[in-house]
Amino acid sequence: MNLLSVLFGNLMTITWQQLVMWIIGGTLIYLAIKKDMEPSLLLPIGFGAIICNIPASGAITQIINGVTEIGILDVLFNAGIANELLPLLLFIGIGAMIDFGPLLTNPKLLLFGAAAQFGIFFTLSMAVLFGFPLNDAASIAIIGAADGPTSIFVANYFNSNYLGAIIVAAYSYMALVPIVQPPIIRLFTSKQERKIRMEYKPKDVPQVVKILFPIIVTIIAGVVAPRSVALIGFLMFGNLIRECGVLARFSQGAQNELTNIVTLLLGITIAARMQAASFLSPATLLILCLGLVAFIFDTIGGVIFAKILNLFVKDKFNPMIGACGISAFPMSSRVIHKMGLKEDPQNFLLMHTVGVNVGGQIASVVAGGLVISLVSALL
Amino acid sequence: MHLHVEAFLQTLPIMGYGMIGIFAIMLLLYLSIVILLKIFTRHKKEEN
Repeated sequence: MNLLSVLFGNLMTITWQQLVMWIIGGTLIYLAIKKDMEPSLLLPIGFGAIICNIPASGAITQIINGVTEIGILDVLFNAGIANELLPLLLFIGIGAMIDFGPLLTNPKLLLFGAAAQFGIFFTLSMAVLFGFPLNDAASIAIIGAADGPTSIFVANYFNSNYLGAIIVAAYSYMALVPIVQPPIIRLFTSKQERKIRMEYKPKDVPQVVKILFPIIVTIIAGVVAPRSVALIGFLMFGNLIRECGVLARFSQGAQNELTNIVTLLLGITIAARMQAASFLSPATLLILCLGLVAFIFDTIGGVIFAKILNLFVKDKFNPMIGACGISAFPMSSRVIHKMGLKEDPQNFLLMHTVGVNVGGQIASVVAGGLVISLVSALL
Repeated sequence: MHLHVEAFLQTLPIMGYGMIGIFAIMLLLYLSIVILLKIFTRHKKEEN
């Protein structure tokens, strides 16, 4: 009888909350496999959500019979996320993947990236309005950076209680950009504005400019927002490896092996913060709503900024490209390019949307650093 | 649900300074790219 209870006793301790978490985990795995929604992250997160919600799971730290048993997910969390190591390593890979060429050809596009961070700061205020403490509000707001590693970095910096919900929201909305952005853009632009054609003048960007660019970005962003140095520095380090021309092996390694291994570990490790007791709360639902608000107001910020610029310039911008400043690289640029083609099959916005999108990538990282600097000053 | 209006109002300066900060950094980056392109494109032309 005693041995039977050892085998099956755990079955009776399953709570309905844990069952709900299994369903959430299963849904994330389904979305990753069937809908191809950020599979490299949602699948590990989904599976991690299941294994950390099994009663007395050895994967997470538990106190069993008065003895603390350290779980591997917590070991990974402390070694890779609590000290911000994994998101920063991932930034090297992302930096190595980004070609800043389209942005350097038309550097004005950087400003759209700035405008499209409005959702971050707006959401920060909204989260405070709904009663979140400032550190959690800042962590929730950074969902609007539309950039996973930045969200992890900032939420972890502020030691947010809602890390799991924030990461799930950030990656889910990034995957949902094709659904979230188009209706907002249509709401804030006329058909005529969406048909504006933008001429693309290809320019040969000297190699030395491509090499100096990541160094200058790091210095300027670092001087103004010193807390962003780790974030922007690792991103730009990856880009410098790509552009220097003498570290092709490193560049390939960063883009492939490093990114793959870090992403794999990041996904399953984040799940350590998806235990039913902390995840299943009304706050999680509110965080998902606020994340959506952040994405919507990022999009509005970019589009409205383009419309304002159009009042002063001769060569008009298609206001839709402003929405790419949200980051979510490269999904957003593809979505807006397709929207442009739908309005006018001869309107090729791709190079402009990519330029704004990579500008948004820089801006979102800088915004993360600014949020840390400004909010830390008030805490 | 209770709305924390006073706390909300206290965060508005963060919104203002945040947007000013990000535009300032992006503007500096824009100017530095323009300068770099001017210097090195001219240099390349002279070499040719």
